[in-house]
Amino acid sequence: MTDQTQTGGAVGSYTENTSLGFRVRSVFLKHEWLRGYTLLSPTLLVMICLMCVPIFMLVAYSFWTQNYLDIDKTFTFANYEAFFQKPIYVALMMKSIRMSLFCTAVTLVLAYPMAYFIAFKVKSNKLVWLILITVPFWTSYLLRVFAWKVILGYNGVINSGLISLGLLSEPLQFLLYNPTAVVLTLAHAWAAFAILPIYVSLEKIDRSLLEAATDLGDTPTERFWRVTWPLSMPGMVAAGLLVFIPTVGDYVTPRLVGGTTGIMIGNIVQSQFGKANNWPMGAALSVISMILITILVVTFITSTTRARAKSA
Amino acid sequence: MLRDDYIAIKNTSKHFGSVKAVDDITFDIAEAEFFSLLGASGCGKTTLLRMLAGFEQPTLGNIYIDGQPQAGVPPHQRPVNMVFQNYAIFPHLNVHKNIAYGMRKSGLTKAEVDREVDEMLELIKLPGYGNRGAHQLSGGQRQRIALARALIKRPKVLLLDEPLGALDKKLREQMQLELRALQRDVGITFVFVTHDQEEAMTMSDRIAVMSMGKVLQIDSPTSLYEVPKVKEVADFIGTINFFDGSIKGKEGDATVLDVEGLGTVRSTSSGANAPTAGTTTVAIRPEKFNLTFQQPNVEANMVEGSIQAAAYLGDRSHYYIQVPGRDAPIAVAAQNAQRTMEAIDADKHDKVWLTWDEDSALLLNN
Repeated sequence: MTDQTQTGGAVGSYTENTSLGFRVRSVFLKHEWLRGYTLLSPTLLVMICLMCVPIFMLVAYSFWTQNYLDIDKTFTFANYEAFFQKPIYVALMMKSIRMSLFCTAVTLVLAYPMAYFIAFKVKSNKLVWLILITVPFWTSYLLRVFAWKVILGYNGVINSGLISLGLLSEPLQFLLYNPTAVVLTLAHAWAAFAILPIYVSLEKIDRSLLEAATDLGDTPTERFWRVTWPLSMPGMVAAGLLVFIPTVGDYVTPRLVGGTTGIMIGNIVQSQFGKANNWPMGAALSVISMILITILVVTFITSTTRARAKSA
Repeated sequence: MLRDDYIAIKNTSKHFGSVKAVDDITFDIAEAEFFSLLGASGCGKTTLLRMLAGFEQPTLGNIYIDGQPQAGVPPHQRPVNMVFQNYAIFPHLNVHKNIAYGMRKSGLTKAEVDREVDEMLELIKLPGYGNRGAHQLSGGQRQRIALARALIKRPKVLLLDEPLGALDKKLREQMQLELRALQRDVGITFVFVTHDQEEAMTMSDRIAVMSMGKVLQIDSPTSLYEVPKVKEVADFIGTINFFDGSIKGKEGDATVLDVEGLGTVRSTSSGANAPTAGTTTVAIRPEKFNLTFQQPNVEANMVEGSIQAAAYLGDRSHYYIQVPGRDAPIAVAAQNAQRTMEAIDADKHDKVWLTWDEDSALLLNN
């Protein structure tokens, strides 16, 4: 061996590192998916324990039957048959979806101008406006529902205000305890969840696109419908899903402000698990509403993406 | 008969708070002219363009297009169209719908619009691209579509806001020539904003050099380069050597000066407001120097020096010549017209001599 190769060997010597730490590290470096799952693992663990297991139990329950105090664990479709045989269930399910769709529409219509205002008209301190939107969330959901009771009630803010102004002689009775009150309360409760995604999609619109539309002869109104509106659609879709999915199953609001005409499927599910003490039926109703919502959402998403692909 | 004052900018200013982005500008742009606004960023060129488009209203003064005052006219009612810096292609529409976007109020039927869009696609050399989505286009294609979308409206004036800035060098040079040819074809007045002097010189009939909200000089590319009126223009366009000099007197047409590092200089050209006595600035372009390795037999306009640095660029060589009596080296550019090793071996020479013509030394105000 010459001197040259010896020095070369000393400088670039590769001693095989066989320690455990090194081997674990090199496995992680080699496989990106492993790193990804490791990062995800705390969340994944919580999801499995608190989401997947209960849902699996729920599905299992839905195929069992309540036998007064104990549960008959023989597999049966009886609960699902009962759903389709008793008109009350189907009717209530459809009514819940209808109310929720209506509530989603109301929320989007109310949220859009707000999001538009923050995205286009607020020049400085946008963050302050965004924080202000979340202010209602600083109190509990239940308190906000009660607040609407106070506003809409027989001796509530609206009625007493109108009476003291001399516009009414007797309080209005149609304000509270009906589907409209439920929709109003839900729309208020979920407004922020609609405003934020719409705001993000509006904020993302390149301002030069708006200038280009004006330059090509559009009035501000035409420009809105031809550029701003279609480009804000992804935000509208996201907002719609964020409001629709949780409101279908809501039971607190219909219970407190819905009266007898405003009840939704969530109230029946709750009573099956509570007073009626029929867990398998409650589980079946939950599973059915989950499946229905999934079908609706998937159809909605595929149709909107297809519509967008078609127009492009 | 083409109008000379097709666009008339009269005493126009634009103030943003206390900042005067455009400061009392008055000039005309002729019909069917390719006119460039050239300047460094923040010089007010884009603000001026946006005032032509109607996106900004002048604080003072007015702009006339084809004789019509534009103050108070909103952008969508102006007879101008714009090609935006980032092209502003509508991402939710395909190429056809992008180009046809402004044709809704044209009064043409759908079939007629479709035919015009197809003609435009031919013109911009993208036939059959109508159904492509906006996201399937390259930078050069987007640029052409933005151009077609504006040209289909047959505007009186087409405004271009640095439309070639985002393209790579080869494509940019190709687009410069295409744009110039297209402008001659359609005969529409183009107002082109750029910070790239080469780009402006390649394409324009006339260029307005702007700085700090003011127009320094409006001239043809040749005049701007060869006879800049002020020092800023000379400095901004190309490379130039500035020398301090003091005027000795006149000999016929020529002014005789004593110039630092150059000795006695005879000059027959001068810019605007150049002094006729006292101290002045003498400006000489690098390529106006003649570099020799033997002492030439002339009396004036000659200096002896040594090569401080040399860069061989193939078609030409750049030299930095150190002369006695001056700290900064003189930039000299020489064409390598002959195939010789002399240019490459230039730095082996101890002494070099520079000579220049009387009209190459330009007198400017200090």
